Amino acid sequence: MQDTAHAAHQAAIHTVSYLRWIPLLPLIGAAINGLGGAWIQKHLGKKVIGGIACAMPLLGFLLSLRAFFQLAGLDPAERTLLDTMFPWIHVGNLNVDVAFQVDPLTAVMILIITGVGGLIHIYSTGYMHDEPAYWRYFAYLNLFTFAMLTLVMGDNLLIMFVGWEGVGLCSYALIGFWYSEWANASAGSKAFIVNRVGDFGFMCATFLLFWSLADVGHPTLLFREIAEYGPLLEGHMFWGVSTVTLITMLMFVGATGKSAQIPLYVWLPDAMAGPTPVSALIHAATMVTAGVYMIARLNVLFGMAPATGAVIATVGAATAFFAATIGTTQFDIKKVLAYSTVSQLGFMFIAMGVGAYATGVFHLMTHAFFKACLFLGSGSVIHAMHHEQDMRKMGGLKKWMPYTYATYLISTLAIAGIPPFSGFFSKDEILWKAFSSGHQFVWFVAVCAAALTAFYMFRSVYMTFDGENRSDEHTREHLHESPFSMTVPLMVLASLAALAGFLNVPHALFGDARFDAWLAPVLEHGGGHAGGHGDAHGGGHHVEVIEYVLMVLSIAVAAAGIFVARAMYKTGSMSPDRLTGLAGGKPYRTVFNKYYVDEFYDATVIRGTLALTRVSAWFDTNIVDGIVNGAAWVVRMASAFNGLVDRYVVDGAVNGVATVTSLVGGRVRRLQTGNINAYLYVAVIAVVGMMVARMW
Amino acid sequence: MDNILTLMTFIPIFGAALILCLPRDRDNLVRWVAVGVTAVPLVLACWLFFNFDRSTAGFQFLQRGQWIPSFNIQYIVGVDGVSITMVLLTAFLSFLCIFASWGITKAVKAYFALFLLLDAGMMGVFVSLDFFLFFVFWEVMLLPMYFLIGIWGGPRKEYAAIKFFLYTLLGSALMLISILALYFNTTDPATGQHTFDMMVMMDQANHSEWLRNGIIFGQSVPLVIWMALFIGFAIKIPAFPFHTWLPDAHVEAPTAISVILAGVLLKMGTYGILRINFAILPEATATLAFWCLAAVGVVNIVYGALCAMAQSDLKKLVAYSSVSHMGYVMLGMASFTQQGINGAVLQMFNHGTVTAMLFLLVGVIYDRAHHRNIDGFGGLASVMPVYTGFVAVAFFAALGLPGLSAFISEALVLLGSWQANPRLTMVAALAVILSAGYMLWALQRIWLGKLNEKYANIEEVNRREIFTLAPLAALVVYLGIYPTAVLDLMGASLNSLNGVVSKFL
Repeated sequence: MQDTAHAAHQAAIHTVSYLRWIPLLPLIGAAINGLGGAWIQKHLGKKVIGGIACAMPLLGFLLSLRAFFQLAGLDPAERTLLDTMFPWIHVGNLNVDVAFQVDPLTAVMILIITGVGGLIHIYSTGYMHDEPAYWRYFAYLNLFTFAMLTLVMGDNLLIMFVGWEGVGLCSYALIGFWYSEWANASAGSKAFIVNRVGDFGFMCATFLLFWSLADVGHPTLLFREIAEYGPLLEGHMFWGVSTVTLITMLMFVGATGKSAQIPLYVWLPDAMAGPTPVSALIHAATMVTAGVYMIARLNVLFGMAPATGAVIATVGAATAFFAATIGTTQFDIKKVLAYSTVSQLGFMFIAMGVGAYATGVFHLMTHAFFKACLFLGSGSVIHAMHHEQDMRKMGGLKKWMPYTYATYLISTLAIAGIPPFSGFFSKDEILWKAFSSGHQFVWFVAVCAAALTAFYMFRSVYMTFDGENRSDEHTREHLHESPFSMTVPLMVLASLAALAGFLNVPHALFGDARFDAWLAPVLEHGGGHAGGHGDAHGGGHHVEVIEYVLMVLSIAVAAAGIFVARAMYKTGSMSPDRLTGLAGGKPYRTVFNKYYVDEFYDATVIRGTLALTRVSAWFDTNIVDGIVNGAAWVVRMASAFNGLVDRYVVDGAVNGVATVTSLVGGRVRRLQTGNINAYLYVAVIAVVGMMVARMW
Repeated sequence: MDNILTLMTFIPIFGAALILCLPRDRDNLVRWVAVGVTAVPLVLACWLFFNFDRSTAGFQFLQRGQWIPSFNIQYIVGVDGVSITMVLLTAFLSFLCIFASWGITKAVKAYFALFLLLDAGMMGVFVSLDFFLFFVFWEVMLLPMYFLIGIWGGPRKEYAAIKFFLYTLLGSALMLISILALYFNTTDPATGQHTFDMMVMMDQANHSEWLRNGIIFGQSVPLVIWMALFIGFAIKIPAFPFHTWLPDAHVEAPTAISVILAGVLLKMGTYGILRINFAILPEATATLAFWCLAAVGVVNIVYGALCAMAQSDLKKLVAYSSVSHMGYVMLGMASFTQQGINGAVLQMFNHGTVTAMLFLLVGVIYDRAHHRNIDGFGGLASVMPVYTGFVAVAFFAALGLPGLSAFISEALVLLGSWQANPRLTMVAALAVILSAGYMLWALQRIWLGKLNEKYANIEEVNRREIFTLAPLAALVVYLGIYPTAVLDLMGASLNSLNGVVSKFL
């Protein structure tokens, strides 16, 4: 079995040399604008900057399409393209190259990254038009695209880690893009440092994986070899627990950082300090899904660790619900979307946890479309509102911004899970997979989160676009629809948000689950551990009645959420105050203040670390260095004492004898000048002398 | 080019003599002569880089001569994979540091003469293969360093200089005793005489019975000698708890001297351990490595990072970051895996370039603001964009960002050391969080946020400064993408050295 699989793998790789240009083009763009951007902007204008920056991901998109069609033309078992550039780290049994690969999973990711990314680049030319550091913005954005493509195209864990940290760097730079504001700079640092906590897990997992595979005779960090030899780790133990469980748990720690899950989600809401297109690209559509991608990429290992799967599903459900509750209380439109992103990522992790990898990736894709559209829509609003983000000061904007409103509404319907919009298909499939794999409680929590999602999203629609306009006179006079450079990307994304669901219509709705089938070569050789996984794709596609019942239920729940939002924020037949005032308003204030998690971390982890650093520094100055200075003092005192003895005892006796001896005494005294160098040289010379003397 | 290493070592000494002969008041002439004198070893280093045989583990460019025949002291120089990286680093940093010393105005002749003497001493340490010669260069390098800190240093220069000097001398004394013990217990089979020849010492068959199995002070002789040598080198690294001279010396030393101190001198400690402890006493190394190298290394990594975070002086922060980063070298070499030991030496090289950049950058800001208080700045990015670009490269390299050089070495060290000591490695890996913490926090306080109006007109980095920073930045990026350029040089020798010690595990 292993041998045949191995042989099949060897045959399955198709070497091509154009793949490298997909990540390299944006890198070149970043280099041009990063190093020469200030000059270009001054002498050639912003159009050139924007043109270079937009061309790179769009060319990358064309190349990605080429890769996609090349893959589609191959036999499903052979769908891997590989482009090896040069050897990177070859030390001992570690052999890692700078190499990029595209298989069906990566193909989906690069189409999203270059496609959605390209649209957001175009949008940015409009949104950032008045920005003085225009070139710097686009250099970062291109660099991010490069890093993200590296993350998904790397053919081994280390190259993936380059992308993994690279996107973190760009995220840091873009969150703190307007670094003159202390809060923005802090949000950037926070994002990077919190992510580093996750990276700690990622690194440890990598080391453990490498040496465990070495243990079973195949030291490697290459993904295709991990998929091939990973199953050999079955039964391998480390520190008394299953090695694979430990590896996957540590990997998941990494994922919670990058993909903003409990307990490391805290950086993402603060990340909204960056320009809004950045929030759309990095903090919604691409970077934050890296953890989901990583699990899908290593699905063979995760498939072998049901315990980790249960943890992932539970954390995902908890995050989905928890973030959704916060989302219902926020007034900053970007904060609503930020918590919504955290919540939706939770949904993706539910799918990953129950072994429905293709479903998770499907939701990743639909989410990329509708959430990017929502963020860009909010950006369009913020642009029109002179950088006002508080929804309480908006209202009635659909009159001024029809395109923004329409696209925002379509995407909201999608995220709320209303058929036939894309979110319905992807979210409903997650719920079904959770339920059918026996995770009923996870399913229940997720359904509640879905209801809340519909509620807070429509709350944002009504507060922003409906009813009376609540902005001040000056802002209202200047309200306008955004330029085409901004609205066209919105329309494209809204169309995708509306229609992408049809890529994966489940068998229950007489579709052919085409998206699942496309990913099957990558995601199904692990042999899913969870019940629903195997059933849904393999065999005869038998459909159960309960699937329809649950489907109807999830639509009903979403409709209920919308109804409540409408009653509270449009018709006014229900007052939100009744909820906020509950039990003296304490529960509401807790949720509104995000459960005080930031405050909790600040009081424990941050203060704890700072106290530890102060203790260390004190210890260093007073104890370690104190001993050193103390020793020096003791030596000085001893030599002073020696000097006294010399002067009054030895010298005193000598004085009575001959002048020759007194001369010697004088010389000795001259040595005792407190010059410690002299002492030591004397000491060293004495040692040498003694040793030399021993020779004879 | 059989005498290339001799040329590289002695040209700076002649340069120093030449500078002393130059007329007074011709400061610029002195500086340019120094440039010329350090450029020669740099060119030779490039030649060495291209002509070094990467496939052999043995010593190359060997040159041998009698020096003091009555004690069989020889002049032997040569390089192998362990030392060539250090030779290249020394030649490169010495050249750049001449430019970083341009602002020195006090006793210019003396400064550059001493600097060149220091250069010769460092080069000599790395190429010497006779233990006595090694010790002589070790001491030669000490003296100019003492004066360079003590005369051209900051407010507490005397204290820092004497602390550095005495501390190192304490190590030298221990080393000297060990050298003599090794000398009297090694017999060159060719001549039947005792010898300081390291290559002879490396063959255990030439050791006396006492050196192999003797007991001294109730302990096994090789372990005692190993410890004595180790303490000598540990002071230099500096390993906890012998590290407290370093923050003082760094803070008081002028910029270029800090660069040399952190970039080259610290590596002598770890180089010595590899060259002498590992190669000559492999069995004792296998016995003591866990506690003396791995455990101490992890303490260095974590404790150094914690101390760094607490500092308010930027230069002190960078100094403690060196303590932390040198810990990786110890941890890596103690793993006895190829990844670990290659990572360790690569880390020596990469720390040399990254920390050199960091100290140069601190120097830039100190030259302008005359203080280094992290909280005394703010928002400099908006007035010094180019400078901030270099800062970003150096800081992110220092915190181990993949794609930049230090990541490769730290990852190799951690990967290799995981195999040997997973628990320790996990603790060490915590430093990836701490290093991000102290680096980004400092970055934010000085360069981001609202501009401190006091520095609204601060001057951007000038051409001379860019000339020193840009090659380092390029190297940091290049070696992050193509580490093979350096890994290639050292692989054969390190893997063979690792094999020698691993036999005794």
